[in-house]
Amino acid sequence: MLAPLQEPFMQRALAEVVLLGVAGGALGCWVVFYRLSYAVESLSHSIFPGLVLAAIAGIPLLLGAVPAIVVAALAIGITARIAGIDREAAIAVVVTTMFGLGVLLALSPQSPPGIESLLFGDVFGVTDADLATAAGLAVLVAVSLRLLHGRLLIAGFDRGTAPSLGISPAIADVALLILLAAGIVVAVQGLGNLLVVAVFVGPAAAARRLSDRMLPMMALAAGLAVLAGVGGLYLSYYAGTAGGASVALAIVGVYALSLPAGRLRVSRVRSRTAPTGATVT
Amino acid sequence: MPAEPLIEATGLAAGYGGAPAISGVEFTLLPGQTLALLGPNGGGKTTLLRALLGELRRVEGTLRVRARCGTVPQTERSRLDYPVSAFDVTTMGTIAGLPWWRRPGRREREAAARALDQVGLRALAGETFGRLSGGQRQRVLIARALVQDAGVLLLDEPFSGLDRPSADGLETLIGELAGEGRGIAIATHDLEQARGCDLVLCINKQQIACGSPAEVLADLGVLEATYGGAIVEIPGTGGRAILPPHHHHH
Repeated sequence: MLAPLQEPFMQRALAEVVLLGVAGGALGCWVVFYRLSYAVESLSHSIFPGLVLAAIAGIPLLLGAVPAIVVAALAIGITARIAGIDREAAIAVVVTTMFGLGVLLALSPQSPPGIESLLFGDVFGVTDADLATAAGLAVLVAVSLRLLHGRLLIAGFDRGTAPSLGISPAIADVALLILLAAGIVVAVQGLGNLLVVAVFVGPAAAARRLSDRMLPMMALAAGLAVLAGVGGLYLSYYAGTAGGASVALAIVGVYALSLPAGRLRVSRVRSRTAPTGATVT
Repeated sequence: MPAEPLIEATGLAAGYGGAPAISGVEFTLLPGQTLALLGPNGGGKTTLLRALLGELRRVEGTLRVRARCGTVPQTERSRLDYPVSAFDVTTMGTIAGLPWWRRPGRREREAAARALDQVGLRALAGETFGRLSGGQRQRVLIARALVQDAGVLLLDEPFSGLDRPSADGLETLIGELAGEGRGIAIATHDLEQARGCDLVLCINKQQIACGSPAEVLADLGVLEATYGGAIVEIPGTGGRAILPPHHHHH
């Protein structure tokens, strides 16, 4: 068990999945309740051309990802305003366009070798700079979610009456999407363009089945994400499987395990609350 | 000296930009008074409540609101799968009064506990909101409005979906809250509930009438103009009932 810990690349990979797990798990609970899973998947795919351009230019991936996610967000906003295109279709159109553009660039003669690591991640190749960025993300997410907690809770509970409580649902949405965009552009380097959505959705979906209060749910999701991340890395180390994909699979495994556990919990809660006479509606 | 009105509307027309959604609204709500808003679905009851909250654009007339309005929405609008307790939902009412970087502290939690006490739900403070009964959820939302120090409570069809005992209990609670000097406006379909209020305002895009239940509800013309004729006489009693479209009576 301890042998892998001697390897510097494994130490860095473990630190990366711990930091991304904490940020992704906590943020993921809001993704689940604001129904943003599809938005996360779309945003992560749409930054592909930015990643490829950065790889071609030989600059840090973050410098390609940030402008690409801004372009994608603006394009979705503009496309959704065209009559006859609803929001979901607008996202699909923009994402396919952006991803297609990324593939075209990736297949061009200028593209450097190893471009597939942009798609599937290179968790064992994270640099100290990547780790510092991930740590920055974890701090940003923790501080922002602490400050915004009450307001996000109100806007997600009942958008219609949130304004009468002094909360703008639109501002809550934008704040959450900015945090998610930051999370995606950082996490994509370790987990890859195709798999990054797992860390934002899987642990939170599992935690939701195991807890019915927001703060415990966020703590649990962060813990499960870290657990799955570490488990995935060990799987990858010993079984020789791809790092990012192993982490994603471990996250799915955690969710699968939460299904029977959640059912047990629900039946226990039912038997506890039924005698009080509270009507379940 | 008569008490200063909590709400005064004269010739009010308001909308969402464009043509006004409601017009000719004219009433005065004094402290301690209850006002029933009667009207068909889509007739502007909820719109009028939103106008009182200042969420609509005033087109003409005047509207003076001299107290903080706390809104009590229909409980189906909130999410029942949401991971919050009755206490969490009540505490939401304290956020509006805090600067954006502050989280509810001890003072806010105490206010929330008092409000839950006032609506008779202290024992269920820790229960998940979605697991409460319809009447209990309505009380939690009233507690949420109370912690905002609301001088006026705006209730949107609070009785819909409630069984008789829950509805009676809620009516008693509303009476108590009015007794403490609050103004209460209730959007409702229920003529019986309206009869128990101090004032009845009938609205169908424009205000049809406003006055005491005795004068307004006795006038069949008013009810016909409000509901478009969907009124039935209850045989033998001389009473009347409304058959609102797409609405189940409880």
